Amino acid sequence: MRHIIAIRDLSREEIDGILDDAQGIQARSYDPSALEGKLLGLLFFEPSTRTRMSFAAAMARLGGNFLSVDSVEASSMAKGETLADTIRVVSRYVDAIVLRHPKEGAARLASEFAHVPVINAGDGAGQHPSQTLLDLFTIRQSMPLGGIHVGLLGDLRYGRTAHSLAHALSLYNVTIHTITPKGLELPAGLATELRDAGTEVIEHDDLASAIPGLDVLYVTRIQRERFPDSASYFKVASSYQVTPELLTGVRDHFIVLHPLPRLNEIDPRVDRLPCARYFEQAANGIPVRMAMLLRVMT
Amino acid sequence: MTREKDARAGLLISPIENGTVIDHITAGEALNVLRIIGITGTTHESISVATNVESKKIGTKDIVKIKNRELLKEEVDRIALIAPRASINIIRNYKVWDKKGVEIPDRVVGIVRCPNPGCISNTNEPIQSCFLVQKKGLRCLYCDWLITKDITSHII
Repeated sequence: MRHIIAIRDLSREEIDGILDDAQGIQARSYDPSALEGKLLGLLFFEPSTRTRMSFAAAMARLGGNFLSVDSVEASSMAKGETLADTIRVVSRYVDAIVLRHPKEGAARLASEFAHVPVINAGDGAGQHPSQTLLDLFTIRQSMPLGGIHVGLLGDLRYGRTAHSLAHALSLYNVTIHTITPKGLELPAGLATELRDAGTEVIEHDDLASAIPGLDVLYVTRIQRERFPDSASYFKVASSYQVTPELLTGVRDHFIVLHPLPRLNEIDPRVDRLPCARYFEQAANGIPVRMAMLLRVMT
Repeated sequence: MTREKDARAGLLISPIENGTVIDHITAGEALNVLRIIGITGTTHESISVATNVESKKIGTKDIVKIKNRELLKEEVDRIALIAPRASINIIRNYKVWDKKGVEIPDRVVGIVRCPNPGCISNTNEPIQSCFLVQKKGLRCLYCDWLITKDITSHII
């Protein structure tokens, strides 16, 4: 039985395989009844719009059905049931489980108790492998992954999407550039791990001077709750806003990505530039998640 | 010859007839070793502990003697985390019947608590903590948290 829990568990070959499958699916080369008669359990114990809807849409497009639990309040966990018991029961109802949970490691635990494959759709501040796969897929639509320069902008201390992406990029000989407000730098342990894996990690203080050297700028939300007051948040947030003015003189194939939802990190005027790819990135969630479902359910 | 065996200096702790002697424990770690192998104030074993004993091999060391209990290899391997140079002597009729070193296991289960308060292993779920032993330290199987130093302060 195959689970997809963390990007760290996947080899470069496995990642390439999923991305190749997603590419075929996007070119309409797939069987729309591949998962007919199969049932997917969507267990979302934390809010989510895009991830939940895109897994549901992916399942429907492959001819399958889904059951969904959307909050702890609506489940027996509100009565104090352990996640382990919930998983043992639900895995007898469905053919695969997609889980989002507030606790880190929840999906790993679920995989130990499930009788069916488990896909991690985000566990607290931990892993979110489907997001990373669709990030890689979106980059690969514009350029080969090998040897590129990727800038990670925003809260890299707590941002799980940036951590997972950095791990995956380290498999592709990518140079990682970090641009962060003070105190929200990449955790030292992770930076060391990336460097030990042979990945060059370059830290920048200034966004404007970093941008011309990048092929991809991956923007993440600067979380307001990390700052003591609104004034200090706005001061930092405004200095990390991507504007059309900052994007003059970028490389030809340069793209801007964002896992969304965005607040003020990207000026809405950037949306109209050809380098803005974050809405395509969100749309890519469907073929990538279809490829993931096919991997574990067939 | 260590001071322990030096008749003129007297024996710091007396020999045991049957049981286990854990020698060459990193100085100061004897009580943690006992915690790891599950010997606490509520267990019934007769224990002798010597700390900061002179050792030609490692400078100073701790020694633990456990009367009438032969520890299994998998029990003692768990102490390798904090006392990698420890040696285990199984004693029968005052003689060393078997002697072996400790080997660091691939994973340690139920010994170390994950320091990450957001980790699923720190909830009421029916699992034991589990860490993968890696070059840089211990990595939580569940949340990926890496413990690189002061492992003893995280022992359950």
